[in-house]
Amino acid sequence: MTAAIRTAATPRRVAAGWRRVLESIWFAVGFPLLLLVVWGIWATVAPQKFFPDPVTIIRAFVDTWIGPAFVEDVLPSLARLGVGIVLSIVVGVAAGTVIGLVRWMRELLEPTLEFFRAIPPPVLVPILMLIFGPQDATRVLVIVAGAVWPVLLNTIEGVRSTDSVMTETARSYALTFGERIRFLVLPAASPRIMAGVRQSLSVALILMVISEMFNNSEGLGYRITYFQTNYLIAQMWSGILLLGLVGVLLAAIFGFVERRVLAWYHGIKEVERA
Amino acid sequence: MPDTLLEVENLKKVYESSTGVVEAIGDISFTMRRGELVCIVGPSGCGKTTLLKCIAGLLAPTSGRIELDGVGVTSPPPSMALVFQEYGRSLYPWLTVRANVELPLRHTALAKDDRARLVDDALRAVGLDHAAGSYPWQLSGGMQQRVAIARAVAYQPEVLIMDEPFAAVDAQTRADLEDLVRTLHRERGMSILFVTHDIDESVYLGERVIVLSKSPTWVQEDLPIDLAPERDQIATRALPRFTELRTHVYEQIQRAKRGEAVRPSA
Repeated sequence: MTAAIRTAATPRRVAAGWRRVLESIWFAVGFPLLLLVVWGIWATVAPQKFFPDPVTIIRAFVDTWIGPAFVEDVLPSLARLGVGIVLSIVVGVAAGTVIGLVRWMRELLEPTLEFFRAIPPPVLVPILMLIFGPQDATRVLVIVAGAVWPVLLNTIEGVRSTDSVMTETARSYALTFGERIRFLVLPAASPRIMAGVRQSLSVALILMVISEMFNNSEGLGYRITYFQTNYLIAQMWSGILLLGLVGVLLAAIFGFVERRVLAWYHGIKEVERA
Repeated sequence: MPDTLLEVENLKKVYESSTGVVEAIGDISFTMRRGELVCIVGPSGCGKTTLLKCIAGLLAPTSGRIELDGVGVTSPPPSMALVFQEYGRSLYPWLTVRANVELPLRHTALAKDDRARLVDDALRAVGLDHAAGSYPWQLSGGMQQRVAIARAVAYQPEVLIMDEPFAAVDAQTRADLEDLVRTLHRERGMSILFVTHDIDESVYLGERVIVLSKSPTWVQEDLPIDLAPERDQIATRALPRFTELRTHVYEQIQRAKRGEAVRPSA
């Protein structure tokens, strides 16, 4: 009897699973679609010079970005963004681990770090360009100069607040320094580190654009500024649309990595909530 | 004396803070033989955990000496394993049960196969061989403490130190875990130093019970437990001798709490 019910129920459960997948896709794209429709109607009813209708912008998007511009402007920007993010994470985690572990270093450096973090990085862009010249490395440096702080400060905090019993366990079992870093300190700090990385991503994207606005001849930020100053309004909007899409892509990659790195953390949260 | 494993001599620990000086441990001396199961019991706040941390080399004593195998303890000795009361904070939640048990063995000279064999054997000894791939937080409290015990067993220590390990588990689980400790002691000849605030537990488990005074702490009594080595939760606890011993320890603890016992002057 139970077996019969179970076999009967299985296909229905599969169907329900598919329905849930479709539903979540529909929910994810539904609202953007609605916005597009409202925007399209609005633009038809009351045309605006500086805010064209979606069809015009999407056409401009295809004309502008699909083709050589992708290789000349988008890819270099994305490469600098990627290198900047990776460097920010590596430098932030490495320095943060050292500072978090060594108490006198923390006490010595923390006020200064808070000061540097408080400086809005865009104000440094012109002077960095002057000092290091308008080259790729300078633009990466601009990204790192802003994006490293959330990772660094969160790592320090995460490393510092490692549970005392876990630390004593490591000491009593005489774990080596490398083992302590790899199996205790970094995993224990990983929820904070990931929170820092999440903040860094948006900072990095902003700085990627800003770093390209000053004496440059390629890159997404340069292109958008160029369109702006030449009244190429649809093209400018298509660039902004592309930036938004890059942001969505970054968030998706982050979510994918975070679910794997913090699987244990989310598991504990789920157990606690149940 | 080759069979003296652990020797604690005139141990004293004073905490100095901005609010004043607190003498946690006055003067503790005792010895433990190889293969013994010694329980330490005392009134709450008598510095049991401080004593253990000193023995484990996690805390430096103000004065006095601790020797393990004739060697002074100044940092955590490699031949000692610890089981904490807070199992949830002692196991690493990002590692599986198996990886947790294996972690202290990683830097030993053991070959991979030997390591795996030790881990399997330890997990089997605590009855958790089926849960090797789970994460600690997927297990109940009692099972988590079993993982911590398995980690200590796999480490093959000279002495196993347990700090109120069963204070946070329910009564039935507790009885099972007590029998597990007895089994490890009997079948593997493990030397175990077991700290508890539970008088019944100390008498049921121990071959000797060391009763501590209230803080500043000294050894109020060193009581041999003359019960048969085979112990049973029902039969042993029903013995008249068990009742006598637990009553005796209970009275000692009460005296300790009231501060009636007089510290012998050295």
